Amino acid sequence: MNESIGSTTDIVTHLQERFPDAVQPAPAPYQGILVAQDRLVEVATYLRDELDFAYLSSVTVVDYPQPLNGMPACYDVVYHFFQGRGGPLTLHVQADRENPVVPSLVPLFPSALFQEREAWDLMGVRFDGHPDLRRILLWEGFDGHPLRKDWKEVYYEEEHKPFGSRFPDGRPVPAESRSPFGDNLRYPPGWSPRDWRPLVDVWGYAPHDELARQEDPNHPADRVVLNMGPHHPSTHGVLRLLVTLEGERIVKLEPMMGFLHRCHEKIGERNVWLGNIPYTDRLDYVCAMSNELPYVLAVEKLLGVEPPPRAQYIRVIMAEFTRFLNHAVSIGFTGNDLGIYFTAMLYALEEREHILDLFEMVSGSRLMCNYMRFGGVAHDMSEEAIALARALAFERLPRYLDQLESYFTDNELFKARAVGVGVLPPEMAVAYGCTGPLLRASGVPYDVRRAEPYFAYDDFNFDIVVGQNGDVYDRYLVRVGEMRQSLRILQQALNRLPDGPIMAGRKSATLKVPAGESYGRIEAPKGELGFYIVSDGGPNPYRYHIRAPSFVNLGVMGEICWGHLIADVVIILASIDITLGEVDR
Amino acid sequence: MSPRKRQLPEIPPELVGTVHITPIDAIYNWARKRSLWPIFFGLACCAFEMIGTFAARFDPSRFGMEIMRASPRQADLMIINGTVTKKMLPQVVRLYNQMPEPKYVLVMGACAISGGPFQEGYNVVSGIDKYLPVDVYVPGCPPRPEGLIHGILTIHAKMERESLRNLRWYKKGEVPEPIPVPELGPDLVDWRLTEKIEAMQEEVVPSQVE
Repeated sequence: MNESIGSTTDIVTHLQERFPDAVQPAPAPYQGILVAQDRLVEVATYLRDELDFAYLSSVTVVDYPQPLNGMPACYDVVYHFFQGRGGPLTLHVQADRENPVVPSLVPLFPSALFQEREAWDLMGVRFDGHPDLRRILLWEGFDGHPLRKDWKEVYYEEEHKPFGSRFPDGRPVPAESRSPFGDNLRYPPGWSPRDWRPLVDVWGYAPHDELARQEDPNHPADRVVLNMGPHHPSTHGVLRLLVTLEGERIVKLEPMMGFLHRCHEKIGERNVWLGNIPYTDRLDYVCAMSNELPYVLAVEKLLGVEPPPRAQYIRVIMAEFTRFLNHAVSIGFTGNDLGIYFTAMLYALEEREHILDLFEMVSGSRLMCNYMRFGGVAHDMSEEAIALARALAFERLPRYLDQLESYFTDNELFKARAVGVGVLPPEMAVAYGCTGPLLRASGVPYDVRRAEPYFAYDDFNFDIVVGQNGDVYDRYLVRVGEMRQSLRILQQALNRLPDGPIMAGRKSATLKVPAGESYGRIEAPKGELGFYIVSDGGPNPYRYHIRAPSFVNLGVMGEICWGHLIADVVIILASIDITLGEVDR
Repeated sequence: MSPRKRQLPEIPPELVGTVHITPIDAIYNWARKRSLWPIFFGLACCAFEMIGTFAARFDPSRFGMEIMRASPRQADLMIINGTVTKKMLPQVVRLYNQMPEPKYVLVMGACAISGGPFQEGYNVVSGIDKYLPVDVYVPGCPPRPEGLIHGILTIHAKMERESLRNLRWYKKGEVPEPIPVPELGPDLVDWRLTEKIEAMQEEVVPSQVE
């Protein structure tokens, strides 16, 4: 990296000098730079090649029907770039309201592949030059782009919660009463199902059928299009994979999602700030606790609140327990997909129950904890909870880990299926924006806990576990190694847990967050989980975007499955480790 | 065993202890309820809690149901475990249609009951009971494993009260109609609403022209 460039301010100044007519600082409460639309590709190339911003983390769009916070009426396309260390460089590109078109960054950063499709789907911003700009979370033919501010859902009632009509006479009014069909349905005026036929390619078969027709005359095997999912026991939920096969080899594989698209972001804009915390739990439901952290982190950045040391330590303890839980369950799922059906899983679920007992003890709920608050945590850890946490971190979980390794690590059958399967080269991993164990197994030592330390992670000794070959087996080894490091962190944190308050300031249900933007990210068990929030100074988020690691990591799935056998797809998918709640949001 | 008291024939003394006499309903329902096979089917968060329920700690083998079938053709209990979205609904309805009778539907969690916390979402179905006949609702977000087990026991109790004589799928000449599978159009297209949609459009369109 260029040594003369250090902090974000320096980079902004440097870019302004380099591109005087294309780059200017973003207006006041915003960070980063504002780039002219037609120069975006040039600036992004310079950032990647000269300044080492090799990692495009998040692409999203904010809709401004009226000027706000110094931003004119536009569609503001927001990019977050990262170097190997330090905070984000935010790029704003203002797209025209009438005909929003922005050049696509996919040729430079394939990590934008799915994210730009999502932005097109939900916001209706076109990305010029995108190889495959189709809807991703909704379906072709859906009426409108729902995240636009002027798009109202069927049950629309008011712009912001709490809705005044919820208890007009002390009795709740069912939302269905607001729709003429008594259901969450609405059709365009004049539309009738009688003369309507479903779109020919609503399920996306056309490109695969086309490929299947171009059979290789030298290859004896027929080409077959195979649909896996959304109801399939090995897709970990409702993921759909569309595969073109030549014999048993994969010619093209395409993940298709949206079967669990629960409109998090639209609902999040209606909620009050605090009301979003329980929703974040439901993103990655395998490890609910750690989903709350980047959201509270982003809001705390805007509020300027620093949680007290005890709260920071408790957050670290909970985050590391969830990491252990997630990796254990992930290895269990790998076992399922290998054919050791439910046996490996039962070992993981046994430990999961103990960790969930701890979560229930501190937060009152097993799965959906709703434990973090802005400036601290909701409840203190009792003596009993600390004793259970110590018993787990010092005694039980290390034993479990040794047992797991004795069954898996040198297992001939496991190695025969896992070594050399689904190899992800490091350059491709970085280009596709992969994070978490998937990236580190390819040999890239990138971990947000080190790259941009948050909470008390600077206080602990731990190693970043890195693989060498980037195959399924290395991803397994990285997960096991990370579980050992999690235990190391847990042991240090429990030994040094400071006394003191658990909240900065007092608890408040309605708070107003100063106007501005903020990007909070943590190293979630599956990778970098980021929350991009924009506040207009009110009691609700103006924009609330989730950069989900599972979603971005899936972008590379088609590449690494190419040429493999169909039987390897499920184990490659298990090694990427996704949760559909987070993929679809 | 049976909730009803009936006059049973007397067992000859030499066969006492060897032969037992019971109404066919009782033995049939008992066998059925102790071999419920749920479909292995995960939608959202509740699915993970369901997997937890089916593990060692809560041990549903006690109720004769540790096997989950991935194929709907082998299953007789559908646990709707999570938010049903509009994009997923055609698949859910198709899976239900593929299950052989007698079949039961257990709805787990607030989302599947009514849409729950995601009710106002534009892609969320406001309760699966608008499309499928539901036997048992288990509220919660997500319900605890104990809650799910209670729901399963409630289905058992419901099965016990059924009789071979009046069950739909054993009657002559009654072929159960499949539920029309919705399609994805400008919004979810529910074919049962066709006439209502057309009537509504006639009301709406003139007022918009004005």
